[in-house]
Amino acid sequence: MPTDNQLNASLKKTIRIFINILPIIVGMLMTTSLVVTLFSEQISAGLFGHGDIPDATLGAAIGSIAAGHPLASYLLGGELLSGGVGLIAVTAILVTWVTVGIVTLPVEALMLGARFAVYRNIVGFGIAIIIALLTVYTIKLLGLA
Amino acid sequence: MPLLQKRSGLGGWLFLVIVLLGYGLSSLLSPESTTEAFTFFRRTMRQVFPVLGMVFLLLFITNLLLTPSAVKRYLGKEAGFKGWTASVVAGIFSMGPIYAWYTALAELQQKGMRTAFVATFLYSRAVKIPLLPLMIYYFGATYTIVLCSYLMAFSVINGILIERLMTNKT
Repeated sequence: MPTDNQLNASLKKTIRIFINILPIIVGMLMTTSLVVTLFSEQISAGLFGHGDIPDATLGAAIGSIAAGHPLASYLLGGELLSGGVGLIAVTAILVTWVTVGIVTLPVEALMLGARFAVYRNIVGFGIAIIIALLTVYTIKLLGLA
Repeated sequence: MPLLQKRSGLGGWLFLVIVLLGYGLSSLLSPESTTEAFTFFRRTMRQVFPVLGMVFLLLFITNLLLTPSAVKRYLGKEAGFKGWTASVVAGIFSMGPIYAWYTALAELQQKGMRTAFVATFLYSRAVKIPLLPLMIYYFGATYTIVLCSYLMAFSVINGILIERLMTNKT
C-alpha cells in the first residue's frame, strides 16, 4: 500500500509531466487539423489507381503526413473507398495514420531519441505497405473481396 | 526525471507558439480553410479531451506503482515471451494521441524497458478496440479481423527490426 508521501510525490510528478505535454498535444491536434483540411481535395483528386504497390506507397505517405485521431482515418478511408479508391491504398492510410508520424517525428525524437524515431518511422512505413498488400490479398484469397 | 523535464519543458510551449503562428499565416493566405481547420480542431479536441483524463490516470499509476525492477521483469531484457505479449496488449489498450504516450514510454525506457518493446507498443497501437465497431461498419468484419491479426504480428516483427537496427549502430 503506497504511503501519503508516495501518493503526493506521484501526483505532483504526473501534474508536472502533464503540464509539459499539454501544449504539445494541443499543437499537434491543431497541426493535424490544418493538414487534413488543406490537403483533403488533393487526397481525393484521382491520385490513386496506378497499381497495387504505387497505391499502397501513396496511401502510406498520406497516412504518415496526416497523423492524427484514428477516427478521422476511418472516416476518410470510408469516404475514399466509396469514392473509388482501392482497398490497398485505404489500408495503407489507416495503418500509417497511427503507426507513422512525420508531423510527430520531432516530438518522438525529443522524447525517445532521434535515431529510434527515424528508424521506427522508416520501418513502420515499409511494414504498413506490406500489411496493406497482405490484408487485401488474404481477403481475396478467402474469396471475400 | 529531470532529464525528461528538461527535454519537454519550454520546447512544448515554443512548439505551440509556432503552430499558432502557422495558423496566423494560413488565415492570411486562406481564411476559409483556416476557419474550417480550427472547427475540425475543436471537434477533435472535444473527442480527445476525455481520453487525456485516462492518460493522466495511467501516468499517475505508472509513477506510483511501476518500479524499475518491475519494468525490468515484465518489459526488460529478460522479459521474453511475457514482454512481447505485455507490450502488444498494452499498445492495443493504450488510448489517446501517440505523443501523449512518448513521455510515459521515455519514463519506462529509463526504468529499463527494452527498445523492441517500445517499438512493438507503438505499432500495436494501430489496433483500436473502442473503434473496432466503426472499422467493421466501414470495411467489414473479415477485413477487420485480418488487418488486426497482421497488425499484431507485425508489431512484434517491427520491434525485433528496430532493436536490431539500434544495436547494430551502437
